[in-house]
Amino acid sequence: PPTACGLCQSPERAPPAAGQDCPQASAASACGKAQQPPRGPWPIAREEGPCRHGHGVHLLRVLILLWSLPGIPQTRDDNWGETTTAVTGTSEHSLSQEDIVRITKDLEDSVGLDCRRYFSLTLAVVLGLLVFLTPLAFLALPHLLWPDKLLVCGTACEGLFISVAFKLLILLLAVWALFFRAPRAGLPRVFVFRALLAVLVLLFVVSYWLFYGVRILDSQDENYQGIVQYAVSLVDALLFIHYLAIVLLELRQLQPAFSVCVTRSTDGETRHYNLGQLSIQRAALVIIENYYRDFSVHNPALLTASKSRAAKHLAGLKVYNVDGEFPASPATGPENNAATGLAHSQSRAMIAAAARRRDTSHNELYYEEAEHERRVRKRKARLVVAVEEAFTHIKRMQEEEQKKAPGDVMDPREAAQAIFPSMARSLQKYLRTTRQQHCHSMESIQQHLAFCITNDMTPKAFLESYLTPGPTLQYGRERWLARQWTLVSEVSVTSGLKEGAIFLLKCIDFSLVVTAKRIPCIQLSEEFIDPKSHKFVLRLQSETSV
Amino acid sequence: MVEWEYNNYLMVVKVLNDFLSKLDSQCSCVLQQRIEIRKLRQGEHLILGFSIGGGIDQDPGQNPFSEDKSDKGIYVTRVTPEGPAEVAGLMMGDKVMQVNGWDMTMVTHDQARKRLTKKNEDVVRLLVASLLCNTSPFVQTEFAI
Repeated sequence: PPTACGLCQSPERAPPAAGQDCPQASAASACGKAQQPPRGPWPIAREEGPCRHGHGVHLLRVLILLWSLPGIPQTRDDNWGETTTAVTGTSEHSLSQEDIVRITKDLEDSVGLDCRRYFSLTLAVVLGLLVFLTPLAFLALPHLLWPDKLLVCGTACEGLFISVAFKLLILLLAVWALFFRAPRAGLPRVFVFRALLAVLVLLFVVSYWLFYGVRILDSQDENYQGIVQYAVSLVDALLFIHYLAIVLLELRQLQPAFSVCVTRSTDGETRHYNLGQLSIQRAALVIIENYYRDFSVHNPALLTASKSRAAKHLAGLKVYNVDGEFPASPATGPENNAATGLAHSQSRAMIAAAARRRDTSHNELYYEEAEHERRVRKRKARLVVAVEEAFTHIKRMQEEEQKKAPGDVMDPREAAQAIFPSMARSLQKYLRTTRQQHCHSMESIQQHLAFCITNDMTPKAFLESYLTPGPTLQYGRERWLARQWTLVSEVSVTSGLKEGAIFLLKCIDFSLVVTAKRIPCIQLSEEFIDPKSHKFVLRLQSETSV
Repeated sequence: MVEWEYNNYLMVVKVLNDFLSKLDSQCSCVLQQRIEIRKLRQGEHLILGFSIGGGIDQDPGQNPFSEDKSDKGIYVTRVTPEGPAEVAGLMMGDKVMQVNGWDMTMVTHDQARKRLTKKNEDVVRLLVASLLCNTSPFVQTEFAI
């Protein structure tokens, strides 16, 4: 049964422990409380929590926007739109009714996805078993079915046994290395190359069985050496197919062919990556993985300023439609309402009026930013001084002192707790000013302090993680605000990247806009330059008086 | 009425001046003259009173006086005032074609200097080519009312 905390769990995982509430009704964006906080004096880097797949990220939904293709009547499905539009809740962090509806819808979808995953897993296991047991079957069946008719196996034949055994072992190791890795994520559409390879292997094995069945089983061939050689050729061919698999799955996308520009829609942070020839869904996977490593954590509190400015810009104008037939009414916008449609003319009037009005908001912005800058620097100065003073109170004890004065000996955690109150206030004020206070909890700050004390770091090193926002991965899972992604693409997601391909990776709070550009193909040509052309003279310009 | 005629006249002058200045920029009139310079004795040197530039071993692109920037001839770059060259009528920018019958169009800078400063000669007869530019008769008309 689906659990209460639906955002990051698939139904087969254990529900959160009793007594720990899952914040579906309260403000949070993911199942933060369902995880146990790591114990110990310093944070332990371990995957905890109910999501077993790596980061617990699900590339769940793939939406293909079918624009009007020629000849196909355009059918608009208005229902899917509301599950992907932005949530208009009461605040940025609360869940509204639409959210809850969407979460339950997603749960239903995720059940279907898991079935598909298990299906492909079983298929792969069956194919693997078939592949490994086939050569052994080829070798064993003659002994079982017509043992008396078989010729005795000579030395060459027995040598081939060793060859089959080792090749099978190598094949086993190679297949384990290539295919049996923990999947990084489940992809929504079938992985084309893997499917192709599976079909190829199946066809291959079936054709070998066919030949074996007709020419050897039916006719009960006595030449055992020939049968062994046949089995060896099968294993050789399987190794070659494995080589093909390596080239298609691993090597082909190593050479960079596209430069991909990823922009976060809310604050415009941009990164560029070099990708090989990948399908859109695999490219999306790579980009999401890189997102957690490279992009700084998404901080919605930093965007409120521009929103309030935009609101103020519009709030100053009001459109009154005193009498619709008279366009020259003074209460409406200063433009003549020649356009038909009331809303059309109203919006045009507002835009024109706003453009004409002598707007001094740039002035306010300038002074506000200068003031903010000054405030941040002041708080930072106070913070640095407070932290430095706090660090001077503790001192690393030497070995001899440890034996002599067992008085006030503390371990790093206690030392952190001792000096934390003296810097807590200034740190809190600084975080408030830079609007980072929700990224760091008291507990995490104390842990970080204990960590720095243990590793003999300077106050500056301790402060570094608060002065600059780090990559998303460095923060706890509940701060990511990016757990569930939606891939939105106009073309099929199994098609490859092309020049000018654009797709979207949507999160609840923001989206990543991805554009791909091809890396230019370089033509080098050779030209012979005569070494005699590398001779030079000085350019003179003298003037002589006579 | 007088003013109208004056304006008209000035307009005509301006049009002709523009036309001639377009001709001037091509400078197609070349005057070849023979100039005789008597050397002046200053201490133990005999001086002619001008400076030369150019030569087949020099960079022709930096010559400000030549029409064609690949011309490697010898040009007069400076004329000292009240010197023998100025008295004889040599002007800055003239190209020296011959000195006492010796050709100067395909010589190095040093060879040119030597041909001009021979100690046993008192007089040098130059064949110079000068461009007729910069003076058009109409511009210099002044009109006083």
